[in-house]
Amino acid sequence: MNWISNYIRPKIQSIVGEQKDVPDNLWHKCPECDGMIFHRELQENMHVCHHCNYHMIIPVLDRLDILFDGATWTRVSLPAVAEDPLKFKDKKKYTDRLKDSRTKTKEKDAIIVAEGRIGGVHTIVAAFNFKFMGGSMGAAVGEGIVTAAELAVSKKAPLIIVPASGGARMQEGALSLMQMPRTIIATKRVKEAGLPYLVLLTHPTTGGVSASFAMVGDIHLAEPGATIGFAGKRVIQETIREELPDDFQTSEYLVEHGMVDRVVERKNLNSEIGTILSILTKQDEPAESESGNTKASASTTKSKGKKTKSKKSKGETGNVKNFETAQKAKQIKKASSAAKPKAGQRVASARK
Amino acid sequence: MLDFEKPVLELENKIVELRKVSSNDSGMNISEEIDRMQNKIQRLLVSTYSKLTPAQRVKVARHPQRPHFKDYVEQMIEDFTPLAGDRQFGEDEALIGGIGRFEGQSVVIMGHEKGRETNERIRHNFGMARPEGYRKAQRLMRMAEQFDLPIISLVDTAGAYPGLGAEERGQSEAIARSIETCLSVETPFISVIIGEGGSGGAIAIAAADKVFMLEHSVYSVISPEGCASILWRSADYAQDASSALKLTSEDMLKLGLIDDIIKEPMGGAHRQAEKTIKRTQTKILESLRELKALPRDKLLEQREQKFLDMGRNL
Repeated sequence: MNWISNYIRPKIQSIVGEQKDVPDNLWHKCPECDGMIFHRELQENMHVCHHCNYHMIIPVLDRLDILFDGATWTRVSLPAVAEDPLKFKDKKKYTDRLKDSRTKTKEKDAIIVAEGRIGGVHTIVAAFNFKFMGGSMGAAVGEGIVTAAELAVSKKAPLIIVPASGGARMQEGALSLMQMPRTIIATKRVKEAGLPYLVLLTHPTTGGVSASFAMVGDIHLAEPGATIGFAGKRVIQETIREELPDDFQTSEYLVEHGMVDRVVERKNLNSEIGTILSILTKQDEPAESESGNTKASASTTKSKGKKTKSKKSKGETGNVKNFETAQKAKQIKKASSAAKPKAGQRVASARK
Repeated sequence: MLDFEKPVLELENKIVELRKVSSNDSGMNISEEIDRMQNKIQRLLVSTYSKLTPAQRVKVARHPQRPHFKDYVEQMIEDFTPLAGDRQFGEDEALIGGIGRFEGQSVVIMGHEKGRETNERIRHNFGMARPEGYRKAQRLMRMAEQFDLPIISLVDTAGAYPGLGAEERGQSEAIARSIETCLSVETPFISVIIGEGGSGGAIAIAAADKVFMLEHSVYSVISPEGCASILWRSADYAQDASSALKLTSEDMLKLGLIDDIIKEPMGGAHRQAEKTIKRTQTKILESLRELKALPRDKLLEQREQKFLDMGRNL
């Protein structure tokens, strides 16, 4: 709301910086309020406009930094998939579009899978990269989600998926459509293993992405003002020929209509998700003897979670631990394939 | 009328005329002439239908005279008892279903119905289901599991309905949950794409043990028109999009995304509905036998693995 910072600074710069040794993109214009934001401020403010709190699309690496404790995470390598199996060509070849996106983003495809701690809880995150072909979901993205889910099950870790996607990748035809059942199978297995599966809906989450894994989470969180819906606004308008409400298909609208649990501001994501995960995984449940000490504040959550974890691993050799994990994974696999998981089984595996 | 069937139609009209003339003048012997013309029609159909372009396939798949869900039910299912409502909000006649007997076996059958006459088409919302349709489908699938009945689903939709109310009531969630239910029910599940397999609206009831496509049906992530208007920036390129999307039954089989193709009678299902349905019935019966022989826990595991493996060997 500062008039001086909004207008004077860019102007002064345009006068002073005549020589053009300053890159053009030092200032960003907020698409919502037109306010000018200095690039460093934008970065520091997690790509949220400090004038109007508009949540802009955040680069996927920054996204992972703000989600994980201490911006610490490691990337999970993803399996290669068949490239352009349809030999698809519209005005441009699909392979060329892929090449362009790879050059632009320095990423292989539209998803990154990472692991690290959130609120002290070891967590797997699969985050979409909207800059890569609009975050569209083809075989590579689907395989990324399958990998993330399998990792979550084998490490007994919660899974969080962060969609930012226009929908299915048309250039992969029905193969991209099949990512809907594939990702649903993947996330179903996480849930069947008694592990939390959270979805953090970000702008935009539409089409085949919203109509698959994104709407079957245990808990749905959304960033303020994100567009979340099945059909595009224009298509709906052309079909029904009526005006749509202003807040149509926004996060807030979805909360109102019972599809999203909470709208969470970007700056609070780490702490809110941390709390949710630590509750669901019972990380901070005090042992019987120290029941007087129940009021663990949010700030102690992190260290407490870590302590619990290190306590557990004490006295276990790496091999034993790995063996155990493998055994448990096998059990889970059996449980999920043998029969519909009984409620008791879920609880039991969650407690371990 | 399909443009590429015009020569066939002209011949058919001629035969009708000839018959009319001959009935007035009983002295005329036209049977030879009619035979000759009918042979020509057959040859024309063979030559036309053996080299249909993907865009023409889309037209055949959407042909209004193609057998619809109701036609299949009438011919294949005895004691069909339609069931209505999602028990939450309403009834959606774009996706209908119920219980009945298929070759003597109790089954649950459901599918999209596009309707034929104008008022019927409106009542069935042109086969474009709303959340209530997908929630009713979930209800029917759960019921099938509860009573240990196989599920047959017939897919014929341009896609899920894009409307204000549909979005309000959670179209995405309804489709997602319907796919999840398909992949969770422990009972044999067979799906046949009988006309249009339109995107999320189709897969919502087609994540099955066996998925078959009628020869001239199509299955796609987006309509060719929609795809053209996004990627070519004009719906005029729908033909190019039809080819690029690889939406025919042969392409789908080659990509390993369906289990088999059901051959249509020469000239398409819209010419010989009864024969088409009979072939479909035989295929379903054959497949049902196979699936019933499998232990139930194996069934679900195989179903999941089939989808997980898709695209991995391309």
